[in-house]
Amino acid sequence: MDTAESNPNLKKVQVQRYKPEEDPENHYLNAEKGIWSWLTTLDHKRIGILYLISITFFFFVGGLMALMIRTELWTPTKTFIQAHTYNELFTLHGSIMIFLFLVPSVPAALGNFILPVQLGAKDVAFPRLNLLSYYLYITGAGIVIWAILSGGVDTGWTFYTPYSIQTSTAVTIMTFGVFVIGFSSILTGVNFITTIHKMRAPGMTWGKISLFTWSLYATSIMQILATPVLAITLALVAMERIMHVGIFDPALGGDPLLYEHMFWFYSHPAVYIMIVPGFGVVSEVITTFSKKHIFGYWAIALSSLAISLISFLVWGHHMFVSGQSAMASMVFSFLTFLVGIPTGIKMFNWAATLYKGSIKLESPLLYIFGFFFLFLVGGITGIVLASIALDVHLHDTYYVVAHFHFVMVGGMVMAFLAGLHYWWPKITGKMYNEKLARFTCVMIFIGFNVTFLPQFIMGAQGMPRRYFNYIEQFQPFHQVSTIGAYILGLGFFTVFLYLVKSLFTGEKAPANPWGSRGLEFQVPSPVPAHNFDHIPVIVHGPYDYHKPMEEFQLGLAEFGNGHGETVDPDIKTGSKEIKAE
Amino acid sequence: MANHSTATSHADFVQHHFVTADQQFDSAKLGMWVFLVTEILFFGGLFTAYTVLRMTHPDLFAEASTELDTLWGTVNTLVLIGSSLTVAMAIKSAQLNQTKNIAINLGITIVLAFIFLMIKYFNWMHHFSLGIYPGTAYSFTGIDDPHASIFFSLYYLMTGLHGIHVVVGIGVMTWLLVKSLKGQFHSEYYTPLEIGGLYWHLVDIIWIFLYPLFYLIH
Repeated sequence: MDTAESNPNLKKVQVQRYKPEEDPENHYLNAEKGIWSWLTTLDHKRIGILYLISITFFFFVGGLMALMIRTELWTPTKTFIQAHTYNELFTLHGSIMIFLFLVPSVPAALGNFILPVQLGAKDVAFPRLNLLSYYLYITGAGIVIWAILSGGVDTGWTFYTPYSIQTSTAVTIMTFGVFVIGFSSILTGVNFITTIHKMRAPGMTWGKISLFTWSLYATSIMQILATPVLAITLALVAMERIMHVGIFDPALGGDPLLYEHMFWFYSHPAVYIMIVPGFGVVSEVITTFSKKHIFGYWAIALSSLAISLISFLVWGHHMFVSGQSAMASMVFSFLTFLVGIPTGIKMFNWAATLYKGSIKLESPLLYIFGFFFLFLVGGITGIVLASIALDVHLHDTYYVVAHFHFVMVGGMVMAFLAGLHYWWPKITGKMYNEKLARFTCVMIFIGFNVTFLPQFIMGAQGMPRRYFNYIEQFQPFHQVSTIGAYILGLGFFTVFLYLVKSLFTGEKAPANPWGSRGLEFQVPSPVPAHNFDHIPVIVHGPYDYHKPMEEFQLGLAEFGNGHGETVDPDIKTGSKEIKAE
Repeated sequence: MANHSTATSHADFVQHHFVTADQQFDSAKLGMWVFLVTEILFFGGLFTAYTVLRMTHPDLFAEASTELDTLWGTVNTLVLIGSSLTVAMAIKSAQLNQTKNIAINLGITIVLAFIFLMIKYFNWMHHFSLGIYPGTAYSFTGIDDPHASIFFSLYYLMTGLHGIHVVVGIGVMTWLLVKSLKGQFHSEYYTPLEIGGLYWHLVDIIWIFLYPLFYLIH
């Protein structure tokens, strides 16, 4: 690489290592006090915590609904709730889990907290926009609750026309709520893209940003391109209900299939909005706990971008039986198979990272291993569903339900829990009970498989999704699935309990409990109010486990914010002088 | 070693989490461009609906288009393009430190935006008086097609959404005007002007697409 002498564009800076403080007295949690300071905070870390609390709440609301649905399905006929209530429950379970939990889970909660620290920045580019995005989320959530109280919604989370236009339930309010939440998601995307481009510390080149950052970048691109289309589509549904504008109504000259096209143009990328941040967590955790440089950094980084590109070209695979042309179905089917390539690249690179690493099987990694198995099953059944002939048979059965729960819960929720455990000491400054964490991880894994593996079988045998009554031959599958759901629910609740308990009785966390090379672990736990006392100069990548620890976390003397400048750091650690590569 | 934020002299207008004024300006500009992309996708849904429905009803669209007043549509196009010019001039004034001209140009922009909305208002009122309403309220008999309302539904939705953006733009321009009257903009700092201007150009460009799609088809 060039040095300052050979290349005039490089600037020479004097840098010096700063040891992270163990157990600091001043940090972001006690920088300001009182509930008002939390509600008006512009600190990305506190906003991340606000998101974390909110999504936890909605996860439990959505989870309770799931348990009620599963309990109702214990018997082939009515068990304890009315059919109409059942329709509302699965609609709200889907809407709440997707819009209020999964979409903001890793990006808005963990990403908000970690992203600026990983970039060596003091905050995201637009802190006020960040807070606004949180309040839009809360407002949208409030409107969704208002919709539930004023009669609920029974359309399924997809709001398909013409039923969503004809039903007397509170679809208009619900779509308005999702519309508002959509803007929250858009603003987070705008903020993250700008932050990643403009807020990097000196020396933090595109080749040194963490893979978590890359995954959030790919996610943000999908968020800003797809979410506005959902917003306008749902606004049109509301207009249909209020003014009967007829865009989706064939009686007035409109086209009902247009709704499905526009809805899935958002909602298929949305699936990747939910899962790609999880990929980022996997990359972080897997290198830290195998103490090895990530295998194929660029392959993993660029495959995230490839997924976000392909995600916009596959929406038609939701419509194989909706009456789109056979030619379109074939093209969409082929394009959908393509998604398997970047995803496969990631899986193989992760496996290669583990190879010959010094693996420490702590709870975050255990969750990632759960992720590997479950996401693999979810991904491969996705390929099955992308095959037109098979999909005609499996469409709208429990096979589809099991598939997307394997991806969304088995993939994303496992990755989210891995990330939560991984960064918990950094966020709270406390260690959780590791033994209990491992035990619970196994419990969740078992509970999950007991719930959803039977659904593959009954789906393949023809059990349709969303049905209130079913024929008796499916009862054993449904009952096993319901038992699994309770194990799974108990598992999630245990995680909640021991994490909350750790806040009060947990051991104090050191700055770097896992020996990670990531920048966020080179600052004290909990993080200082402004992240860095000295803007760091980045010499090594976040996965350089072959380099000595002393060369990480470097403070800067003079200038620079990373973008448009390349630095040639002149590092002094004791008497040793190090040149950047 | 000195703390970085104290080592660089921070001007008043640079927020604490930015290192330099350039970084703040670049971030704001990039953020606005990304936001404009989302706006284009937002309108994109409606343009898609327009494309699909025009393909299924080509004759209806050509016939219904003649009900719209091309003359006033053209005037409105010129008004909006003119307002884009004055916004650009306001930014140039800031770069040249001509503080008074910033306010004058912003003032003209706001007036032009109001003229645009007024013309639109009279257009709509004229249609309403003929019974041309969106959706099932449509009662105009001048077009012999059972689906005639769909063209006008789209017309109201798209120009209506655009109109909302013009109203928001007037709010933004007024805010900028107040700031400029307080003398907050100069050649070192005019970030809000720049990004407000970007937004206004987008509003203009969307109209430039709406105008031929509704007024000039045959």
